[in-house]
Amino acid sequence: MSAITLTLKLAGLTTVILLLLGTPLAWWLARTRSAWKGVVGAVVALPLVLPPTVIGFYLLVTLGPNGPVGELTQALGFGLLPFTFPGLVVGSVLYSLPFVVQPLQNAFESIGDQPLEAAATLRASPLDTFFSVVLPLARPGYLTATVMGFAHTVGEFGVVLMMGGNIPGQTRVVSVQIYDYVEALEYAHAHWLAGGLVVFSFAVLLALYMLNPTGRRRSGKLGASA
Amino acid sequence: MAPCFHQLTHLPKILPALLALALSTTLHAETVLVAVAANFTAPMNAIAADFEKETGHKAQLSFGATGKFYAQIKSGAPFDVFLSADDETPRKLEQEGDTVPGTAFTYATGRLVLWSARPGFVDAQGQVLKGGSFNKLALAAPKLAPYGAAAMETLTRLGLQDTLSAKFVQGESIGQTFSFVSTGNAELGFVALSQVMELGQIKSGSAWVVPAEMHNPLRQDAVVLAHGKGNPAAIALMSFLKTEKARTVIRTFGYVF
Repeated sequence: MSAITLTLKLAGLTTVILLLLGTPLAWWLARTRSAWKGVVGAVVALPLVLPPTVIGFYLLVTLGPNGPVGELTQALGFGLLPFTFPGLVVGSVLYSLPFVVQPLQNAFESIGDQPLEAAATLRASPLDTFFSVVLPLARPGYLTATVMGFAHTVGEFGVVLMMGGNIPGQTRVVSVQIYDYVEALEYAHAHWLAGGLVVFSFAVLLALYMLNPTGRRRSGKLGASA
Repeated sequence: MAPCFHQLTHLPKILPALLALALSTTLHAETVLVAVAANFTAPMNAIAADFEKETGHKAQLSFGATGKFYAQIKSGAPFDVFLSADDETPRKLEQEGDTVPGTAFTYATGRLVLWSARPGFVDAQGQVLKGGSFNKLALAAPKLAPYGAAAMETLTRLGLQDTLSAKFVQGESIGQTFSFVSTGNAELGFVALSQVMELGQIKSGSAWVVPAEMHNPLRQDAVVLAHGKGNPAAIALMSFLKTEKARTVIRTFGYVF
């Protein structure tokens, strides 16, 4: 059972961090005219393309004692991140980044200039505009981003396998537990957990599509006309 | 275009010769599809090259975890020969009727080594384990990998299993365990001697070769699978693995017999 709690904790924490980090990043990507937009957008999308074992291996190297980030975390007194729960959070944030940033960016882009200009003529400050105008209009995007970020982290495997070290209660998440059962030929145990994961994933996606049908259609239409 | 056309006009003349060549090779040379335990990757590449040169047969190698191969073979994977990382899995396949009976034999016995990427960190007697002044001890998951089980037996015999368990980090395979140690994330770990040995020498870092009597022998068995029945290349490969030439290669990678 502790693998399930651990997985939910990891996915929850990762999603919260991604929403906090992803909002300014997605806003910048949606509004900027900078030449860097393409570069940053490509970096954000990298985890979609790279095999998770590649991400996991590079994390193991860069966060390790001889890697640049590892030297920094040691100098700051945090120790090393691989084989720890905070290390998994860092890995999951990178791994699920596009699944949160891209829906938010789409939502922000589909709002367009008009509502912002209207708010400005009413003398709303940029911060006020963001909270009173942008956030409510981008709600479908936030729903998609939250669900996709959470679900994708639950399904994470390769990254955790590479940098987790399979420690019960700390880094042994559900997907790794399933893998262990399959490798140990304990298929009955594997079926219970794997079946549960299939049901969970289907329920989450079904809820998303049922709660959010208009939001998806609207952002699609606006995106096409823009 | 013109030279091309010119060459084509010669084709009818050489066609019978080409056909004869194709027939002669298909008559005598067969292809054997081999599932190879990941820890045996390097020696098997070398052996397969020799095998192809000497017999004219072709060996197609597929590397992976033994447990995964078991599941694939049970689901009808087209492997002719299986070089397992243990003797348990081939025995199980034999009992379940997925092999050609009586073909299993031990092609190599693995050796366990306590290894650190840092020179001088591991002493020749493995006393560093008792000192306990290291951040993590990497080992393969004992339930999944024979080398992990051997590491656990060794620790139990040394009476250190309980005191050190808080420092364990487990790799799903011996390959992953090796990457934990080689990147320095774990200061030391139990890996396969074949991973740190080259031409009979420890390549880098420091190591304690665990005495063979500390754990059950890491016997690795090969077996002809039901799919390979009647394939001359499969039988040829099994005999080739027993030759002194192949065994010399296997020994230089840190295996014993």
